[in-house]
Amino acid sequence: MKRIGLSVNGSPHELEVEPRELLVYVLRERLGMTGTHVGCDTSSCGACTVLVDGESVKSCTMLGVQAEGRSITTIEGLASNGELHPVQQAFHEQHGLQCGFCTPGFVLATVSLLEENSSPTEDQIREGLEGNLCRCTGYHNIVRAVQAAAGKELPA
Amino acid sequence: MSVVEEGRTYIGASVPRKEDATLLTGQGRFVENLTAPGMMHLAVVRSPFAHAEITEVDLSQVRAAKGVVAAYSGAELADEWAGPLPCAWPVTEDIKIPDHFPLASDRARYVGDGVAVVLAESRAAAKDAAELASISYEPLESVTDVALAARPGAPLVHESLDTNESYTWAMSAGEVDTVFGEADVVVKERYRQQRLVPNAIEPRGVLVEPVASTGELTLTSSTQVPHILRTTLSGVLGMPEAKLRVIAPDVGGGFGSKLDVYAEEALCLALARKLGRPVKWVEERSEAFLATIHGRDVLQEIELAATSEGKITGVRARLTASMGAYLQLATPGIPLLGAWLYGGCYEMEAYDFSCTGVFTNTTPTDAYRGAGRPESNYAIERTVDALAREVGKDPVDVRRLNFIKEFPATIVSGLEIDSGDFEGALDRGLELLDYEDFRREQAARRASGDPKQLGVGFSTYVEMCGLAPSRILGALRYGAGGWEAATVRILPTGTVQIMSGATPHGQSHATTFSQIVADELGVDVDSVEYFSGDTAVVPQGMDTYGSRSLAVGGIALHQAAGKIVDKARLIAAHQLEVSPDDFEYEGGRFTVKGTDRSMTVTETAFHAWTAHNLPDGMEPGLEGASVYDPPNFSWPGGCHIAVAEVDTETGDARVIRYIAVDDVGNVINPAVVAGQVHGGITQGVAQALYEEAVYDSEGNLVNGSLTGYLVPSAAEVPSYEVDHVVAASPTNPLGVKGVGETGTIASTPAVVNAVVDALAHLGVTEIEMPTSPERVWRAIEEAKR
Ligand code: FES
Ligand code: FES
Repeated sequence: MKRIGLSVNGSPHELEVEPRELLVYVLRERLGMTGTHVGCDTSSCGACTVLVDGESVKSCTMLGVQAEGRSITTIEGLASNGELHPVQQAFHEQHGLQCGFCTPGFVLATVSLLEENSSPTEDQIREGLEGNLCRCTGYHNIVRAVQAAAGKELPA
Repeated sequence: MSVVEEGRTYIGASVPRKEDATLLTGQGRFVENLTAPGMMHLAVVRSPFAHAEITEVDLSQVRAAKGVVAAYSGAELADEWAGPLPCAWPVTEDIKIPDHFPLASDRARYVGDGVAVVLAESRAAAKDAAELASISYEPLESVTDVALAARPGAPLVHESLDTNESYTWAMSAGEVDTVFGEADVVVKERYRQQRLVPNAIEPRGVLVEPVASTGELTLTSSTQVPHILRTTLSGVLGMPEAKLRVIAPDVGGGFGSKLDVYAEEALCLALARKLGRPVKWVEERSEAFLATIHGRDVLQEIELAATSEGKITGVRARLTASMGAYLQLATPGIPLLGAWLYGGCYEMEAYDFSCTGVFTNTTPTDAYRGAGRPESNYAIERTVDALAREVGKDPVDVRRLNFIKEFPATIVSGLEIDSGDFEGALDRGLELLDYEDFRREQAARRASGDPKQLGVGFSTYVEMCGLAPSRILGALRYGAGGWEAATVRILPTGTVQIMSGATPHGQSHATTFSQIVADELGVDVDSVEYFSGDTAVVPQGMDTYGSRSLAVGGIALHQAAGKIVDKARLIAAHQLEVSPDDFEYEGGRFTVKGTDRSMTVTETAFHAWTAHNLPDGMEPGLEGASVYDPPNFSWPGGCHIAVAEVDTETGDARVIRYIAVDDVGNVINPAVVAGQVHGGITQGVAQALYEEAVYDSEGNLVNGSLTGYLVPSAAEVPSYEVDHVVAASPTNPLGVKGVGETGTIASTPAVVNAVVDALAHLGVTEIEMPTSPERVWRAIEEAKR
């Protein structure tokens, strides 16, 4: 067991973790942040995406111990004072989610994508979200949600 | 697109989804997120062999491992089962249905077949301990390829059956031999519907909580079918149905893969009952590749008889369908869901169909989005292109020549299409594409020898969904009815509660159903509360599959709401001291004709529940219930057009434009419908270009993970151009049709036709799915020879 300190959604946490414990399970099972989902065991689906110091990371690819001293944002920390984050709002307005299982990962990947490029083209959006899988939406409305969140005029 | 009719507020409008708030903020109640005090974690030890005798199961090391509570072999749990896992669709009288228990005890019949279980205090401990199981196997000869399994002398999956053939089902209509004998042309094609892995992004999960004092068990499962589970699993466990409650919480996609009764559900129930503690199991993705049903895996031979003009006169189709190692809930019936549709949306005189179901040493197949209909539509739509080549005509013209144009239409296979507009959909599609312009661009690329060539592919389709008229299901030997149940209740405060036996896993039931009821009752959509997916709250239901929720469940709700309006009318008349016939009803308000005196439905609710002043003999309360059995299937149709760009040097094929013009009848929520179409198309494109489950000669699934099995990402597919023609269904009062599967059914042949068309000038006529770069490249090389 190793003692680590990290910040999750602005709150400091200190806890003991197993050296092999993945960040996603630290978040889900130790801290009860179950909005971060697990969709695969090969780092392929992106359902577990969180922000680590503002950058999107698949939390199943990172060990809990590597989160020492880092600041993590999960889907639970995105809305503030009951107001959806603009990316969440855009997913809602553009019908960018169906079953919603992939959604926390897509929303956080989008926040990070727009942080890096505030005005991405459709191709840049599609490539930027390549690490996240959705089986329901066919991506069409996810792309529109990202465009809407970027303040772009939407194609008809 | 907004098509709200006068007098309505919500039906036809893209009402934002009620479901989103929790899902967007990480508050979804998926099984993996749930816990129960004292919960144990289950891990399943699975066979690494495709076919093997289990000679010894030694779990002593497992039991000694840290955190382990118990471990059992299949034989040790044999007494838990009152019966095998169910197959509800014995399609023929003499079908062979081998016993299928939740754990194998003497023989393992596919890689992934469960042979033992471990219960531990944590997920990690259960997983680690499962590795310590020492199981001795005597490997046997296996067969995974359906063509090989069907041959005489093939290794037998179930020795006691003496054959790998489970059933042969056939139908015929018209003078088939004469029509084929007299045809100017007969085109004959063979297609392989590769095996697909559904891959809902949420893997399956199960949590069972026992109440030791009463023997009650609550099963929470990531399932499409809580009601079917309750009925069937109480039978498997030998317990009264009344003691089993089933909950489908938030479910992360299904696509048919969660329309089943799974071993892990039965195991968690049995073990929670045995040990008196909650049991949880969450599937890992690579486990899902083996333990959750697969789709397709069908060989097709199809022949079209036609005149030299390209007028189709008859069709013959022969299927060999892989069942996998066992028959799951609907396995044998899946290929037959397309049995009536091998003639597509075309007129003809003769029809002949047969399907043989064959056991193989593979994961069982069952419903995967479209289920039987993507296969039939693929076969006819590819073969119509082959016919066009044969008679030297444009594929558009051949389709147009053959369309069914008058409705209702009895199709050659005997069912009645209630409505449609195939030609209108085609015309609209061609207009959106600008067909002539496309052919000019294609010709220019060909002329310039551009390595990137363009092709267009059409799929004009019809499908049957909205499962299903109970009488027809009975005639097909399906083990249940096809109705749906609904209850609508207005509370004294005006809050409307709606209950439907159709449960969602992403399809927006809460929003769409609320829209229907809100308009019928004239209430705000936000005052409607939707309940489903819990057999204690909604005891009756036939669940969600086969694009039935709206066309069957939505109508049940509409009718239940109508009963409330009928009762409310009597209450309003009594309160206002007029005759019920004196009212006009619109938007939830009864107005005495020619006056401004009125009362709303919600106002009558207050009177109905206080019951201070009701008509003599009237029961208090304001509630309506309905069980709706559809008189016909639902018949969506339309025209999908794919434009593919194929790199003739690398073999890479991509869809660069996609147009879908669907007739799904009247639309309740256009945004939701478009979302269903987008998702459906993407799964169909995935079959055409990317996905295939591959077994090696030893029976191992060689690409059993998301790194080897190519579920497309956003980078692999384009945005879609979606439009509609509307031929409202006369079968139901809302004029609606199903939409959940149309995209998947329509899209696959459109894409492959487009890829083939891009290479037509090189002489390519066929590329097996998925049309991977290697297959495309080989097809080009072969055509050169
Ligand atoms: S769970 Fe992390 S990428 Fe799939
Ligand atoms: S919304 Fe279901 S997987 Fe994306």
